[in-house]
Amino acid sequence: MNLFRNAVFTAAAAGLLAGLILAALQTFATVPLILQAETFENAGEPAHDHGAAPTEATPAEPTPAESAAAPAESDHHGDEAWGPEDGFERFAYTLAINVVSGIGFALLLVAASELAGGISNWRQGTFWGFAGFAIFTLAPGLGLPPELPAMPAADLFARQVWWVGTVAATAAGLALIAFRGSAPLSILGVALIVLPHIIGAPQPETHESPVPDGLHHQFVVAVTVTNLIFWVALGGIVGLVRQRFLGQSENLGKSFA
Amino acid sequence: MNAATISLGATVSSGSRAAQLGLVALLGLFVVGFLGFSHMEVVHNAGHDYRHSMAFPCH
Repeated sequence: MNLFRNAVFTAAAAGLLAGLILAALQTFATVPLILQAETFENAGEPAHDHGAAPTEATPAEPTPAESAAAPAESDHHGDEAWGPEDGFERFAYTLAINVVSGIGFALLLVAASELAGGISNWRQGTFWGFAGFAIFTLAPGLGLPPELPAMPAADLFARQVWWVGTVAATAAGLALIAFRGSAPLSILGVALIVLPHIIGAPQPETHESPVPDGLHHQFVVAVTVTNLIFWVALGGIVGLVRQRFLGQSENLGKSFA
Repeated sequence: MNAATISLGATVSSGSRAAQLGLVALLGLFVVGFLGFSHMEVVHNAGHDYRHSMAFPCH
């Protein structure tokens, strides 16, 4: 199990570093926007926008809205379950989870790249990072853009299924294009990447939201850019760290990067 | 690809190589899946800002 141990160690070192970078970026780029959106979540709930325009049209509708408005104090975070205190504790958990998740993504990146022959240098690593970004951020983000709290969304489980399916199809499609080198398989690869978007992501019944469009747009950009930096850094660091573990990669000749 | 290959400093047969890398990938899937997809309220609350910032389906 030498290879297993070395691969895990490589991923742990690279994931730790890239996770710290991501947490730092999030602290300045995404978390402030999440906190800003949460003010809409708590304030906008009881009114919920239904009141003004189509009132008389559906007399049945106010009832569920009102019953939901009554216990508005208990928002979806629930009083029953534990959650970190705002401030340092919340930041600490976000930091810790980012590091663990960085290691998780690094395990996937190391396993995939070793199966393909190994990353030979940091530059080639950045291309693996771009692939990770395309698979885990870009593709699912097309159908399910990053959401802020208080925004409407379709059923959670349906969205998770679509997310996982899109990630798997995009990864398989990219692998077919990059490593099979035949035109029909490349076309199949493109088809696999496109397929989830033809099926379409589960969408909410209405996109009406108390969160201003401008804030959401800012958030989508912030999430996409921070994830891009994370993935490119992760790939590059794996390329660097891997060298320290001696093994000469076998694909210098057929390198596509 | 039947020949033994040298990777990450270890010489291993290609079968064992694939199995070990498969385990690495499984471990990664488990970590990412648990952090991003667990329906446990406590995991959701602890990772709330992380999940939003990674665009995982949330709420």
